Amino acid sequence: MLKLIRKLSVAALLTVVSISGVQASGGGIELKSATWKHEGLFGTYDRAAAQRGLQVYQEVCAGCHALKHVAFRTLADLGFSEAEIKALAKEASYVDGPDDDGEMFDRDGKPSDKFPSPFANEKAARASNGGAYPPDLSLIVKARGGFENYLYSLMIGYEDAPEGFDLPDGMSYNAYFGGHKIAMPSPLSEDGVEYADGTPATVDQMARDVTVFLAWAAEPKLEARKNMGMKVILFLLLMTGLFYAVKRKIWADLH
Amino acid sequence: MSFEPKNPMVKWVEARLPITGMLHHALYEYPTPKNLSYWWTFGSLAGFMLVVQLITGIVLSMHYTAHVDLAFDSVEHIMRDVNYGWLLRYMHSNGASMFFIVVYLHIFRGLYYGSYKAPRELLWWLGLVIFLLMMATAFMGYVLPWGQMSFWGATVITNLFGAIPVVGDTIVTWLWGGFSVDNPTLNRFFSLHYLLPFVIVGVVILHVWALHTTGSNNPTGIEIKDKQDSIPFHPYYTVKDLFGLGLFLILFSAFLFYAPNWMGHPDNYIPANPLVTPAHIVPEWYFLPFYAILRAVPDKLGGVMLMFGAIAVLFALPWLDKSRIRSARFRPVYKQLFWIFLLDCVVLTYIGGQPAEEPFILIGRIATGYYFVHILILLPLVGMFEKPKPLPASISADVLPKDSSDKEASNA
Repeated sequence: MLKLIRKLSVAALLTVVSISGVQASGGGIELKSATWKHEGLFGTYDRAAAQRGLQVYQEVCAGCHALKHVAFRTLADLGFSEAEIKALAKEASYVDGPDDDGEMFDRDGKPSDKFPSPFANEKAARASNGGAYPPDLSLIVKARGGFENYLYSLMIGYEDAPEGFDLPDGMSYNAYFGGHKIAMPSPLSEDGVEYADGTPATVDQMARDVTVFLAWAAEPKLEARKNMGMKVILFLLLMTGLFYAVKRKIWADLH
Repeated sequence: MSFEPKNPMVKWVEARLPITGMLHHALYEYPTPKNLSYWWTFGSLAGFMLVVQLITGIVLSMHYTAHVDLAFDSVEHIMRDVNYGWLLRYMHSNGASMFFIVVYLHIFRGLYYGSYKAPRELLWWLGLVIFLLMMATAFMGYVLPWGQMSFWGATVITNLFGAIPVVGDTIVTWLWGGFSVDNPTLNRFFSLHYLLPFVIVGVVILHVWALHTTGSNNPTGIEIKDKQDSIPFHPYYTVKDLFGLGLFLILFSAFLFYAPNWMGHPDNYIPANPLVTPAHIVPEWYFLPFYAILRAVPDKLGGVMLMFGAIAVLFALPWLDKSRIRSARFRPVYKQLFWIFLLDCVVLTYIGGQPAEEPFILIGRIATGYYFVHILILLPLVGMFEKPKPLPASISADVLPKDSSDKEASNA
């Protein structure tokens, strides 16, 4: 009886633990899952994919979605050179000031600037998007249950609404969006961008690339974190082993 | 074995303020039962986590901005621009969870071995006070990043006080510092989140003081009878606790470095928006059992009272448990009830994370009912009718293997 209860407790505990981890994932819709190079104990961001993903963001997403927490200078993480970063930042224009005459002025972007926002404020964004507010993408991968797989699924999830589905004007049908009615029209189309490295720009490829880029944008310190973790845990294993040996030695005279 | 310093400097101070002697007694010579298992490590681990939370928290607050328009962005600033800011923040947020894991194990260890019974009632009470303070601190800390769950968690929990008859609404307005959860609420939560940990430190000192007055309980639940039964805290338990700390830090690091957001909620990476309610508002995992009890009653006031009652009854435990035997090891019936009670708490945790719909409502009600039945009815009854197993003559008699005399004989 006691053993049974104990086993049940442990089983229930494990179930709770595993379910609570999953509770976050999207509203019961099975997501398309892909393998991401930055998963796992030693995973690092796929630089080439992230660089292509930046291109997708800039050419497709940036028209409506901001990326306000990400500074150009941090693109060095993804293998961009200082000159490339300067050139990228320079394409953007910022209102700065006031100058000595009290006037605001326009200036080119600098590596220390964050990505420019497409709209001045939320009202302006809603006004140009049929009332919908395109969310900032800096944290989007961490802010949706399902994480990378959710974003990837959403990007490739546009299809014709099933027979009899009530789709209001201006909305699109997406297999992976909660309620399936999404205000964002399908953003990716075959060869929507022309990749500098010659990779064929299929919808699936672009979806993967932009997901890698935004995963990096959401968690830029992932590589430093895992790297430090490995060292810390190796050290702790050694230290704990030593403590165990010392404990055995000290307690030996009691037994 | 009193403390007699040799160093003249220490001697000089000791004659005026006997603080070295006090520390010497508390951390060095403190006579500890020789049979403490690793379940006794969680007390010092809890103390360690309190220090981790204090240090990381103080540094985080140097970079955090408590304002509704800036709080979320200042947390991202910490994550991206502050040197090792990501490490500090993940240590602090995962540290809260680790602190609760350790404290829950510490509490269940106390329940299993009857550590709350005379003469340790005040020790138990002080522990519960620390637990309450921890819950208040953790709740307010979760509000600070000003994400969606922060905001809506704060709204749900502060609204509970509205259930109080007559003065409820006035109290809620007073808590908020306005007519909704807004900037004044965030500001006071930040202030109190900084204050309460130091109050916890104060109560921890009392908790340790009470502990060192009555002495530690142990797996047999019988008191130290002579010198044979005890060993000095240092080096025996310092080194045993250090080994336990090493194992614990490996677990902590696994979460911290490889799954730092696993115990969090994705919605809290969405900035707070008073106009959009999340589909399911769930508290952090360590509040889930109480959240389940709260929702078990359809009436708001009833739910609130039951939730606070779930902790209040724990204060009465030393008098509800009629058995004079402490350790469940010698209480065959209580031992089974303990595991059922633990299972019940796990079920409550699970239900707390589920949406309020069938069959979860029914399961939640049964589990809530059993929680109170266990404490208020079964515990007193079992104490009266249970036939305990024979107790060992002393702690030494229990630990020393029966064949030790044979061994000595063969050695001779």
